[in-house]
Amino acid sequence: MKLELKNVSLTVGGETHIYPTSLRLADSGFNTLLGTTLSGKTTLMQLMAGLIKPTEGEIWFNDRDVTGVPVQKRNISMVYQQFINYPNLTVYENIASPLRVARVTRSEIDTRVRQMADLMKLGPMLQRKPAELSGGQQQRTAIARALVKDADLVLLDEPLANLDFKLREELRDELPRMFADRHRTVVYATTEPSEALLLGGHTVALHEGHIVEFGPTSHLYRNPATLLAAKVFSEPPINAIPVTKHGARFAIDEASTWDAHDDAAALADGPYVIGLRPHHVSPIANGPSSVAIDGHVLITELSGSESVVHFSRAEETWISQSHGIHAIEVGETAKFYFDPSNALLFSPSGERIGGSATGGDA
Amino acid sequence: MARITLDNLRHSYMRAPKSRDDYALKQLDVAWEDGGAYALLGPSGCGKTTLLNIISGLLRPSEGRVWFDDDDVTDLPPDARHIAQVFQFPVVYDTMTVFDNLAFPLRNRGVNETVVKSRVQEIAEMTDLTAMLNQRASGLTADGKQKISLGRGLVREDVNVIMFDEPLTVIDPHLKWQLRSKLKELHHRIQTTMIYVTHDQTEALTFADQVVVMHDGEVVQIGTPVELFERPKHTFVGHFIGSPGMNVLPASVANGAIHFAGIPVDVDNPVDLTAGQTAEIGVRPEFVRFSDDGIAVEINKVSDAGRYRVVSAIADGHRINLLIGEDQDIPAAGARVAFDATQTRLYADGWLAGEGAGQ
Repeated sequence: MKLELKNVSLTVGGETHIYPTSLRLADSGFNTLLGTTLSGKTTLMQLMAGLIKPTEGEIWFNDRDVTGVPVQKRNISMVYQQFINYPNLTVYENIASPLRVARVTRSEIDTRVRQMADLMKLGPMLQRKPAELSGGQQQRTAIARALVKDADLVLLDEPLANLDFKLREELRDELPRMFADRHRTVVYATTEPSEALLLGGHTVALHEGHIVEFGPTSHLYRNPATLLAAKVFSEPPINAIPVTKHGARFAIDEASTWDAHDDAAALADGPYVIGLRPHHVSPIANGPSSVAIDGHVLITELSGSESVVHFSRAEETWISQSHGIHAIEVGETAKFYFDPSNALLFSPSGERIGGSATGGDA
Repeated sequence: MARITLDNLRHSYMRAPKSRDDYALKQLDVAWEDGGAYALLGPSGCGKTTLLNIISGLLRPSEGRVWFDDDDVTDLPPDARHIAQVFQFPVVYDTMTVFDNLAFPLRNRGVNETVVKSRVQEIAEMTDLTAMLNQRASGLTADGKQKISLGRGLVREDVNVIMFDEPLTVIDPHLKWQLRSKLKELHHRIQTTMIYVTHDQTEALTFADQVVVMHDGEVVQIGTPVELFERPKHTFVGHFIGSPGMNVLPASVANGAIHFAGIPVDVDNPVDLTAGQTAEIGVRPEFVRFSDDGIAVEINKVSDAGRYRVVSAIADGHRINLLIGEDQDIPAAGARVAFDATQTRLYADGWLAGEGAGQ
């Protein structure tokens, strides 16, 4: 069950919504579309589903060109941010509805609905109406309906966005298991990098209608090919810091320098950019190789178990996220530390160079 | 600005409530100091919106009083309470400019135009809206509009309290960071009492000096973020705060010894329970580690969360979550886990043992 976009683009009224995109999605696990609001996630899903036709390019499914084939003629399920259920029907009938449309036998409907209800932990609620359920249960009903008809392509557009934090955590934990039983293409849209990470599978990083990068989720997070991909896939925002290489050393300024090893040593002198995730910047020195910088503290956010400190240095604003409570006064100048082996190295235009900013892999 | 006291509050939407369950708000005594940053945290349906409406005057409590400093405001209508509110969806007058939007609450109260001008400029500077003052509000992005809502909440100098009702729910994560730190900075600068209502623990814990955790119409704990994280008074608080939440495991207590799955466990608060009480052990995933001589577990699932991995392990049919750092190893087979005894606690009927129920 492979979905492939071949040079697909979408222009509406002279305005480009999706720039030319080629993509071959994975047919097991999640394909997560990660990007901000208006980055093109929903549009891309509508193109995949055949709800809208691309201006250019082709959409292939299982080695068949399905460009222009309307959604009704394809075996597709969609789940939206707003839980959509039939309010007058019981949970049982809600889940059964696509099977009734497909004229599946009554006994098979019963078997499949009950199986699906067990998987979604809706067994005891089958005779209730959607309004008598919690938000999480309503969304599980909508997901159950999307899964029961064995669609080849399942599109989930921010399905957890309207749920409470804890319900979101619970469903996010359960979702991969719900889809683990067979091969089909699952596409999931989210604005949250942490959600993309926890769902695993593959991730498509999107920015303003461009596919920035596609790859296995953990790999894309740790080895983004561009600074833009690193930015799309970082929460809190990644620190992008200009540095200069001079001889065998990198420098942020005269006081904060470190050795360039291996491949990095061979790079031409000049300006570069390092990407440092906030959890790699700490108010506590982390090992002999750590580099110290002076930061002017702007804001501290202490969450009970960790500290997030926003600070400025020269023209830059940095974020540090660390374990434990570090009550640094706002307005103070404090020392912060990072290990350059955790820094991703980029060219000034944002192209990834080698591994880390010391050399070797990040 | 004012100190806010909620005195013996109870509220029921029924005309003649009989049992405790008939109350949407069961019993509430809270004192919020002038100039503090507070959060009301709880899941949907826990009563936080009811409470917010009682403070703002949209709802009169069935029982109890609301005090602003030494004034009883229980019977005052909303407009006499001098409260500013910021809602989940930005309330913006699209046809007006950003300036006129910010000026609205002041002009509405007949404030002199010279004062309006200087105050709007001051607030625009704080909320990064200076460059957009003459633009029409309709052209702004969601976070820009929410900044206007924020700015309008801050513009009056005579407000007793500013209340935020899920103000960041519709904002993208990367902008949430900016707005959250902006809000924190604004509180630092203007020092007005702020109450922030949310279901999102991260927002509550990072914003507030003190968090009120609500569940089923009751306050289960009031505390600083550190207290809520380190000493949850109820297993609900342990579960609700932290991601993933605290592991809560069934336990048995006999002769001062506490066991989980037949294995003795050291806790920070070893006390004997009274007969019939349900014993549970609570330990956060942060305080569980792999160990050579601990409880045997089977690893069920490993999720990559970036800066750490969440390991879900099963012991005796119960799930135990652990957080494992980027650079730590996960054993391939024969895994055993141990709990940090100083951060492992005994709970009796859901409440922290030895401390009794209540707040």
